[in-house]
Amino acid sequence: MKKLVLIGAVALTLIANGAMAQDTLRLLTWKGYAPAKLVKDFEAKTGIDVKITYSNNEEMIAKLRATRGAGFDLAQPSQDRISFVQAKFPVYQPIDFSRVNTDQLTKSMVEAVKKNSAVDGKAYAVPFCYGTTGMIVNTKLAPEAKDWSDLWNPKYEGKISYRLKRPLLIATAFGMGENPFALYNDKAAYRELMKRVEKTLIDGKKLVKNYWTSGDTQVAIIKSGDANVISGWDGKGWSLHKTNPDIDFIAPKSGALGWIDTFAIPAKSKNLDAAYKWINFMLEPENAAYFTNKEGYGTASADSIKYFNEEIKANFSRSFPKEDLDNIKWHPPVPEGFETIEAKVLDRIKAAK
Amino acid sequence: MKKRSGTFYLLMVPVLLWLVVLIVIPHLDMFFRSFRFENDDGLMVFSLNNYLSFFEDKIYWLTFVQTALYSIGVTFLAFVVTFPVAFYLTKVIAKKYSSFMVLLLLIPIWIGELVTIYGWMILLSDNGVINNFLIQIGLINTPIEMLYTNFSMTIGLLYMSMLFMIVPMMSALESLDDSLIEAASDLGASKWTIFRQIIIPYTTPGIASGGIIVFMLVIGDYVAPNILGGKSSLWFTEQIYNKFLATFNWNEGAAFGFLLLLLSSSIIWLALKLTGQKLEKVGS
Repeated sequence: MKKLVLIGAVALTLIANGAMAQDTLRLLTWKGYAPAKLVKDFEAKTGIDVKITYSNNEEMIAKLRATRGAGFDLAQPSQDRISFVQAKFPVYQPIDFSRVNTDQLTKSMVEAVKKNSAVDGKAYAVPFCYGTTGMIVNTKLAPEAKDWSDLWNPKYEGKISYRLKRPLLIATAFGMGENPFALYNDKAAYRELMKRVEKTLIDGKKLVKNYWTSGDTQVAIIKSGDANVISGWDGKGWSLHKTNPDIDFIAPKSGALGWIDTFAIPAKSKNLDAAYKWINFMLEPENAAYFTNKEGYGTASADSIKYFNEEIKANFSRSFPKEDLDNIKWHPPVPEGFETIEAKVLDRIKAAK
Repeated sequence: MKKRSGTFYLLMVPVLLWLVVLIVIPHLDMFFRSFRFENDDGLMVFSLNNYLSFFEDKIYWLTFVQTALYSIGVTFLAFVVTFPVAFYLTKVIAKKYSSFMVLLLLIPIWIGELVTIYGWMILLSDNGVINNFLIQIGLINTPIEMLYTNFSMTIGLLYMSMLFMIVPMMSALESLDDSLIEAASDLGASKWTIFRQIIIPYTTPGIASGGIIVFMLVIGDYVAPNILGGKSSLWFTEQIYNKFLATFNWNEGAAFGFLLLLLSSSIIWLALKLTGQKLEKVGS
């Protein structure tokens, strides 16, 4: 009898485990994109268990590529890093838009992401949030830093920092008065432009304090006063502004770089139902506004603005006057092979004395 | 030849599984990958191009050599810094205190490399603890630039690898009979002679095995060079990371990984040859 009970108990546990596996959403996302409160609400509402893995664009691609799109039910890559990956290694599956509640989303953003993530006429992503890369400046110590070109302005010698990655090359090109996005269909011209960008940054290297490497080091270098003029993300700049009013995010005159992070479904997702439920849940106006109020990033959810708190509204109006908002340069999809050109340029800058 | 029992072979199974599944197979996969190259038609073909690209670009060479030199330097520094500590802990103070002190040495390892490195950032920053202290006592007027230089990178690497040098040296020193030192001293040997002719030869296997561990840890580290290193500091693991994650060129990354393996193995082989050590002896 005792044995029977034991077997029964074991069997029950196994069944329970099986049921749980059925109702688990394995989410591959960025830090802060799944706030604890919303996860709890979602679990209470749907009974689906959410398992979160934090990552970034490069690692997301590497992880999914290694498993050919298995291991996760939903991922959140940036919109410009989907189509070329999908064309080469099929790690995602097309979005079934009949299952996405697009009525609650900003139309123009949905259309833009559909277009930019398309491979063979099928769209692979739904927009989730957006933000910009611009500059974070200590406005008391460097009141006149207003443009990308201030990142190589001798006035700020030893107080400049940025992340030596591809967005900086794009930003430098804009700061030099060029439009790199217009050259995305002309590899030779782009290569030539990158040569000039490389020269600008190598000449300006002696002015740089250090290259920051992550969101944390970005915050640390300006907070500690080691640098006053740095490249940075709007959300980070605004949260720094909260603790130190002298520090703020500034949209560079030649154009802040806009990014959109999305929802994309890995090719071997095991729980499509849960994935679509999560997408629709996160983009409900109240929930999207909760995310924006907490993290500072803009959202693709259309009506969430009425739930924004005053501080968030103030951030947008302070950092983005009308003309700067219209001047945001949205990242188009990166053409295949361009990152190899850029990687060489970045290597040479890093090695230069 | 002695006949082995069934148990012997049974016990071999986990060892073999470990070696084959976790070490041999992944390396073979990487090895084959490193010879595959995407040609202009987008097809993967057998080629040496991944290895050739290493020789084409000056920067890879530069990084490779700099990584090797710094790793050797840090290993030597680790020895210089930790030898007195190991000697003190085994020969000078009582046993019960020394185990407590070893425990203290372990603490940074418990916290994890990333956290200790952030700790060093707080200490070394322009407005950090050390600079503030020096300005307060009037020794300097403007902060000394310590963070984001090769100096801070070296400190970070040294700090996280020191312990791995101390432990093997301590176990070598523990087995050194004190009467040898006393006898030499009675016969009129100077302290320097005792150190050079008795202590060093006796502890060489410990120094060598500690050195190998430290060297391997340092040459393969990523976090300290990445965070504490300055705008011009280069580390070869960063190049490999970039190949895999920034340009998605796994094949070239695999080739670079093998070059690093080759480099570190040959440096260790050379070091053992020069000091007349045998790997079997060091490994035990």
